[in-house]
Amino acid sequence: MHYPAGLGGLDAPRALQPAVDAELAAAGAPDNDPRRIGIGLGMAAPTILAYGTEEQKHRFLRPLWTGEEVWCQLFSEPGAGSDLAALATRAVADGDSWAVTGQKVWTSSAHLARWAILVARTDPDAPKHRGLTYFLCDMTDPGVEVRPLRQITGEAEFNEVFLDGVRIPDAHRLGAVGEGWRVAQATLMNERVSIGGGRQPREGGMIAKAAATWRERPELRTAELHQRLLDLWVDAEVARLTGERLRQQLAAGAPGPEGSGAKLVFARLNQQISALETELLGDEGLLYEDWTLRRPEYVDFTGRDAGYRYLRAKGNSIEGGTSEVLLNIVAERVLGLPAEPRTDKDVPWKDLAR
Amino acid sequence: MTDPKPATDPKPATDPKPVADPDLLYSRDEEDLRSAVRSLLADRADPAALPARVEQAGGHDPELWRALAASIGAAGLLVPEKLGGQGASHREAAVVCEELGRAVAPLPYLTSSVIATETLLAAGPAAEGLLAELAAGERTAVLLTPLSTAPGDPPPPPGPVTAVADAALADVLLVLRPDGLYAAEAADAVRTPLTALDLTRPPATVDLPEGTGAKVADAETGRAAWERGLLAGAALLASEQLGLAEWCLEQTVRHTATRHQFNRPIGSFQALKHRMAELWLEIAGARAAARAAADALATGSPDAPLLTAVAQVHCSRTAVHAAEECVQLHGGLGMTWEHPAHLYLKRAKADQTALGSPGRHKDTIARLADLPAPVSPG
Ligand SMILES: Cc1cc2nc3c(=O)[nH]c(=O)nc-3n(C[C@H](O)[C@H](O)[C@H](O)COP(=O)(O)OP(=O)(O)OC[C@H]3O[C@@H](n4cnc5c(N)ncnc54)[C@H](O)[C@@H]3O)c2cc1C
Repeated sequence: MHYPAGLGGLDAPRALQPAVDAELAAAGAPDNDPRRIGIGLGMAAPTILAYGTEEQKHRFLRPLWTGEEVWCQLFSEPGAGSDLAALATRAVADGDSWAVTGQKVWTSSAHLARWAILVARTDPDAPKHRGLTYFLCDMTDPGVEVRPLRQITGEAEFNEVFLDGVRIPDAHRLGAVGEGWRVAQATLMNERVSIGGGRQPREGGMIAKAAATWRERPELRTAELHQRLLDLWVDAEVARLTGERLRQQLAAGAPGPEGSGAKLVFARLNQQISALETELLGDEGLLYEDWTLRRPEYVDFTGRDAGYRYLRAKGNSIEGGTSEVLLNIVAERVLGLPAEPRTDKDVPWKDLAR
Repeated sequence: MTDPKPATDPKPATDPKPVADPDLLYSRDEEDLRSAVRSLLADRADPAALPARVEQAGGHDPELWRALAASIGAAGLLVPEKLGGQGASHREAAVVCEELGRAVAPLPYLTSSVIATETLLAAGPAAEGLLAELAAGERTAVLLTPLSTAPGDPPPPPGPVTAVADAALADVLLVLRPDGLYAAEAADAVRTPLTALDLTRPPATVDLPEGTGAKVADAETGRAAWERGLLAGAALLASEQLGLAEWCLEQTVRHTATRHQFNRPIGSFQALKHRMAELWLEIAGARAAARAAADALATGSPDAPLLTAVAQVHCSRTAVHAAEECVQLHGGLGMTWEHPAHLYLKRAKADQTALGSPGRHKDTIARLADLPAPVSPG
């Protein structure tokens, strides 16, 4: 709705989207199944809108929004996670295209994706933040190899991705050469609000599961669990109100810094509530639905059984920036506390310890 | 003037919530009121000067009270204009509470201008004369009940009542008796000031002879009015706790950003940064929760008791946590009498018990959110 007219949107206020969604659902219209295309909607689209050329916007946005084309995010590497700017995947200019070689890891949905947002190093002699460039990568290129990476839940929602001489036309570069870090920041900001930033009714999300079990199973109740449940219920309601206040600030055109905190609180709540639920279930909490290696079509934090929810929630404080890193961001950018002394900022990337 | 609130907030057709979303922002008028109160307190109630002052009569400053209550009109915010007040609402009074919390100002605002005033507003016509006096800031009144009384608690039994906040300097005592609500002259009671943990909201034991005072409401109306007064008090105490916590975090950030040890500002150590960032998250939640409770009261929402209990649980914790961190991260300075951090810690700790402990409010939430306690065996 709020995206530009002609690119799949109507230029309308963002606040109208829920009403439109409700109308479309009521009319039985097929939706774009947002669970399948979270990375496209939440990360690729806003970055392309901010930095893309007109041709890029016209080529990529419509099939992204309709759900025809799934996107994934080729950022993290074995040697570069929290310190993303240290990444080593190389892109070398070759005429009017680039040859990209390297290894990416923890890539969610890579097995389903048609396109990827990718950050690669174009200048190893520059300091690490300045030698990066941002690309839109075709996942069907013969140089791309995707291998499932099994995770704590037994499933493989993420993958290892090996890039061997992948050809990317220069027309699929997003932003200027060497500007990759700045473009990636736009993606990461959006990622943080897309995880845990959604609108919730009272007692929505993870707390709904625990509260329902509490009501349906009086025989499981204990005094100690009761106190913890009430504490978490309060925390969930406070988090909901905080998100609501943030949305009201955005609608009033005065965005506050509260957004930086939403994912942190969301991760902690999901972990504590799902932990409580497995304890509440007693003997049943000792069981697990199924450890079969599957490659899911989408991720549902509140899906499956309590054991799954408990394990999957562990990822909430890692994916999209770890909680420790987000606390650093709040401390430095919101509270203005002095930065840690650093030794890695002005040294050429190729001379850094690895 | 443009109001920063969204003028029309289109609601989705299928809003899953039964009650309207509270307005969680501050209007332009509310911000203007905040500035007025803040600059008054900056001039007359600088926290740095407070430690030296509090030992004399709890730091009571009649001139400051007149300036806040009468000149700014803060005492009459909840009172309709035709009764001599400002005709504003709990939203505006909550902003005043935030500012008073930031300054831990020793003024009877919560007890008289919020709790007693809200009680009298619900009591009916017989209370109107007294209400006008409270609204003008000419007199103050307090409920004859311990500060720990939660919404839903019965009034204390006859006889001396202990830990009645701001009673020593109050003019009027509101007493709930089985046959109704009474307003009694405080001078008719024996009032014994108590040495309190919190030096900024002085309590007293009050012994009011049976049968003193004039009846302002019958039993049923009086009981409901008493309940409303306590609910408003608990809701707006959350805003006071928010303001207190904000001051503590700001001071702590300021101190750790400038204090050097090991050749760097101590605020550049991650162990301290994370603690301050955690506080900031709690305070962001406290602001949303306190605003939601104040807005629910202002709009007469049926959600007010639940949102008040939620705000009390969260804001009580946040204020105590912020004050404790403020003391710790100031090091030895935080342990001195000279630095005001101790006054914030003492107020925060007392506020946690005031108007119902977090545990008491969780009992309310268990009932209202249908999360029943286990049935004890046998
Ligand atoms: C479920 C899941 C899905 C993911 N999906 C994707 C994806 O689709 N695409 C993608 O690119 N990436 C993805 N990731 C990767 C994710 O972004 C990284 O795992 C994350 O940024 C952390 O990096 P790391 O794993 O290398 O851990 P490290 O950076 O090595 O961190 C290890 C520990 O050290 C701490 N630490 C690191 N630096 C600091 C510091 N400066 N201060 C304090 N503590 C620090 C961390 O907080 C963490 O606790 C996914 C991860 C998960 C768990």
